Amino acid sequence: MENYILELKNLNIHYGAIHAIKGINLTIKEGEIVTILGSNGAGKTSTLRSISGLIRPSSGEIIFKQNPIHKWKAHKIVKAGLAQSPEGRLIFPDLTILENLEMGAYLRNDKDGISKDMDYVCNLFPILSERESQRAGTLSGGEQQMLAISRAYMSSPTLLLLDEPSLGIAPILVKTIFKAIKEINSRGTTILLVEQNAFAALKVADRGYVMQTGEIIMSGPAQELIENDEIKKAYLGH
Amino acid sequence: MSEDQLYFFYDLFQYLINGICQGSIYALIALGYTMVYGIIKLINFAHGEFYMIGAFTGYFCIRGGIPLYFAFPIAMLVPGIIAVLIEKIAYKPIRHAGRIPALITALGVSFFFQYFGQNVLGADPKAFPEVYEETIYNLGEAVSISSTQIIIIVTTLVLMLFLRWLVMSTKVGKAMRATSFNKDASELMGIDTDKIISFTFFIGASMAGAAGVLVGIYYNTVEPMMGLIPGLKAFIAAVLGGIGIIPGAVLGGLVLGVVENLVVGFWESTYRDAVSFGILILILLVKPTGILGTKTKEKV
Repeated sequence: MENYILELKNLNIHYGAIHAIKGINLTIKEGEIVTILGSNGAGKTSTLRSISGLIRPSSGEIIFKQNPIHKWKAHKIVKAGLAQSPEGRLIFPDLTILENLEMGAYLRNDKDGISKDMDYVCNLFPILSERESQRAGTLSGGEQQMLAISRAYMSSPTLLLLDEPSLGIAPILVKTIFKAIKEINSRGTTILLVEQNAFAALKVADRGYVMQTGEIIMSGPAQELIENDEIKKAYLGH
Repeated sequence: MSEDQLYFFYDLFQYLINGICQGSIYALIALGYTMVYGIIKLINFAHGEFYMIGAFTGYFCIRGGIPLYFAFPIAMLVPGIIAVLIEKIAYKPIRHAGRIPALITALGVSFFFQYFGQNVLGADPKAFPEVYEETIYNLGEAVSISSTQIIIIVTTLVLMLFLRWLVMSTKVGKAMRATSFNKDASELMGIDTDKIISFTFFIGASMAGAAGVLVGIYYNTVEPMMGLIPGLKAFIAAVLGGIGIIPGAVLGGLVLGVVENLVVGFWESTYRDAVSFGILILILLVKPTGILGTKTKEKV
């Protein structure tokens, strides 16, 4: 049996009578970048929210590093090493940029490690250190996204979930952000990337899953998906 | 300056002192209102009861021979713990049911404590034991300040500075601000938001408890219904300053206290409550976000 860092087994999510996620299976190996593609309402965000413990699946299992975490509280999952940069960024607008990063490291007590990671993200996104004492609400959308990713990284996760980091962001910043994702991954953090921007995501990912109305309709190595005609038509705009 | 004018200024000064003193009490209670609202968007109408519980805890402690410097922290601790329990028992189970059920529950909790208190402690007011000998300091021919007034103003100031430090500079304070913005995002940081909510109830009710003891000493009397009107006044203060905004609660409390005392001094003392509630109506009509409130728009 292969050793997965994360495994979704026959995951179902209901919102009242609505069957949002219909028995999906998904695996991630340590060190990979895996992407989930799909249009609005396909169930990508619901999947991520259930992995992080923000919603409870109605049935199925979520296994993270051999632990079934689908009944755990969200903050306990973070402690186990699984962080998420959520949809819509949700940075804390009234806290300064520095305080936002401190919140990311909320569970850590290793001062040296924290300041090392702080330097690392500020190196990745220099704008963060330039404006560290400003309210985070004053950042532009792209800068907020950089902060959200950095904040999630500050918990020093083994698996990092990123929900649509390219949403509503200038193309030039999208490039910077995807470069940073690749860089974070190269330092050993496994990444699950949810995206509508299929082309950008597949370019950095090792493997991909395609979701449609709560089901996984396709999966495979990123290179294969990029060349797949159906994907090209549906998501890449060719 | 004619003698009339001189006495007008003496009066004005005296009522300002009384108003700041009264306003400090409102501010202490309003802080809890506004903090709880900030974090779970609940107008906790039971908040005045924590003030009453604080006053009675102080009353029983002092009557039992416990010195004031020891009775005071106990009178903050007891309502704090009760508030945490109430949140767990009454509010948490319906947290996802929306704001109206929570509001009605808060009213229920308020009635519970008022009538439970009357049943157990008796409805008659009780004389608060004298804890020290009152000294009156004359600040001029017709203006004075009492030692209790000084204690109230200084204690309030110290508690407010402590609260400001707690919220702005400590880790738990930052977690409180994060939780008040968005619970899910805070959970994703590893913050146990249930604990933060409990802590907020604890701090808020402790402040109200402190106010309760101070008022017990000031007016020499405690009774189970004593939380009703100050609770409502503190609610007005919180709305006046901008609900959810901590400095707003302090500002609203002081403004309300001063206005009330000016009404008492220069108009009719019976109009005091009417003016207060008039202020509430006015602020809701003119600027519902309160004096310090702004509609913040986030960049997207």
